[in-house]
Amino acid sequence: MSSTWFRRMKKGILTSTDEKLEAPDGIWHKCPECKATSTVKELHDNAYVCLKCNYHNRINAVEYFELLFDNNEYEALFENIKPRDMLGFLDLKPYDARLKDAQRTTGLTDAMTVGVGTINNQEIVIACMNFNFIGGSMGSVVGEKIARGIDFAILHKMPFMIISKSGGARMMESAFSLMQMAKTSAKLTQLAKARLPYISLMTDPTTGGVTASYAMLGDINIAEPKALIGFAGPRVIKETIKKDLPAGFQRSDFLLEHGFLDFIVDRTNLKYKLSQVLEWFVK
Amino acid sequence: MQFLDFEKPLEDLYAQINKLKDMSSKNQVDVSNSIRELESAIETTRTNIYSNLTPWQKVQLSRHPERPYTLYYIEKMFTGFNELYGDRQVKDDKAMIGGMAMLNGMPVMIIGQQKGINTKMRQMRNFGMANPEGYRKALRLMKIAEKFNHPIITLIDTPGAYPGIEAEERGQGEAIARNLFEMVNLRVPVICVVIGEGASGGALGIGIGDRVCMLENTWYTVISPESCSSILWRSWSFKEKAAEQLKLTSENMSSFGLVDEVIPEPVGGAHSNPEGMATTLKAFLIKTIGELNKIDPDTRIEQRIEKFSKMGFYEEAE
Ligand SMILES: [Zn+2]
Repeated sequence: MSSTWFRRMKKGILTSTDEKLEAPDGIWHKCPECKATSTVKELHDNAYVCLKCNYHNRINAVEYFELLFDNNEYEALFENIKPRDMLGFLDLKPYDARLKDAQRTTGLTDAMTVGVGTINNQEIVIACMNFNFIGGSMGSVVGEKIARGIDFAILHKMPFMIISKSGGARMMESAFSLMQMAKTSAKLTQLAKARLPYISLMTDPTTGGVTASYAMLGDINIAEPKALIGFAGPRVIKETIKKDLPAGFQRSDFLLEHGFLDFIVDRTNLKYKLSQVLEWFVK
Repeated sequence: MQFLDFEKPLEDLYAQINKLKDMSSKNQVDVSNSIRELESAIETTRTNIYSNLTPWQKVQLSRHPERPYTLYYIEKMFTGFNELYGDRQVKDDKAMIGGMAMLNGMPVMIIGQQKGINTKMRQMRNFGMANPEGYRKALRLMKIAEKFNHPIITLIDTPGAYPGIEAEERGQGEAIARNLFEMVNLRVPVICVVIGEGASGGALGIGIGDRVCMLENTWYTVISPESCSSILWRSWSFKEKAAEQLKLTSENMSSFGLVDEVIPEPVGGAHSNPEGMATTLKAFLIKTIGELNKIDPDTRIEQRIEKFSKMGFYEEAE
């Protein structure tokens, strides 16, 4: 462990332990899928996966990082990059106000958090989307953080991973959000040329412009069970074809059967699987 | 001639001319002076209307039923067009066409979305909404062009990639993503021109180039104003407002640096003088390919990556 980021982290510039969600025992959680109850602590200790029905509750970067990085030690990168309402976009609410609300309620700067740390002693850069920040929508900050995460991975010769959880492009950034698809894809070609592994993990939901760019471009594309993954949203498809959609449509199994996923992984097994895969890539 | 709602004053003037002509042929009176006056009124009115178009009116223009589509430009700008069909995997997508052609004696690969010119053709062309096989066909043709070192021209005109069951089964998202990834590193010059509608990932899927350009009265952004209205305003009736907020016009896009160039249309729009439009576009393509040919492939790719990497706005503290 001699790399710069790790030394800086050891000096205590940034660790995530204070951000860790408190999970006191005695508070009850009801599974939205099977309605079974468990304590929040039990749920936390099972990677936020229902002990009864294996429902994967939606979690954000802080929880994924705790789950994946050894001892929950990592450095959050590029936290100084913040969104800006350049277009002065106004629908029912000004975009500027939406941003401030989202920042206040989530404590995040935008829908993407990038961290560097180790998974079973193997270094990795992980960019993880936060669905609680405006639906995990992809705007300029999401694209820029991916771009810089890739630069960082190339500089330090580390594998790169994106955990996607997004409704797609952020309309309030109009064409700038569209161009993040081009930008992130362009940056991924640089990562590929450096022959560094890129793992794309799709979680519930991954749709729109995220699916049509970085989420589908992994050296391996993997997904959590039963995640909704698609280009067009089910509602739009239903309105277009005016028919009901088949059961399981656009869920992880559907994508695997049609050839778009390398494998599906339970979140409780994610860290183990990733360390296996990383070992294969870098050995 | 078909008139859009904001062209009503023009429609009235044309109707008056027709009335006068009828009258003169019936009653043998000379109306040439009045007709000349009306014609000059038409020119003034047209210039007035077209110099003050709202974003929504430009969206309407981009969808004008008489607007030239990809095949029209191919016919007017190139010689020796040989259409190439199929993605070699599933089928041939009629919403996405392409083939070999000669531009001023120079071999190029031309690719574009194609809308139908009448009800039957519109169905056959799926309203210019490609399925994954369309994007895969496009990429297949680009790879042929790259192998034989010929420039690629894409003409973008789509209300979006098709949202359907089969499209999802065959990986619409993957197909578009793959094109973005592969187009970034094509070793030949790539010029992309939005000739009508540039909607979302469906447009971007053939839109990564050394020069990305828009005809004057086109739009290009992440979502159609109608869908944007339905999602953000929760009603279909705010499309004009959405068009305004999205800042989707060629003027906006060029000022943001998201497109490289705007190609002027004839007064009255491309449909009022399609041949003139094709002539302008052809000259532009010849000039631009000449410029791009002077840059070596590695530099061209580097500049392409650099250009797209810079897109976005954010604050950076410290
Ligand atoms: Zn459950």
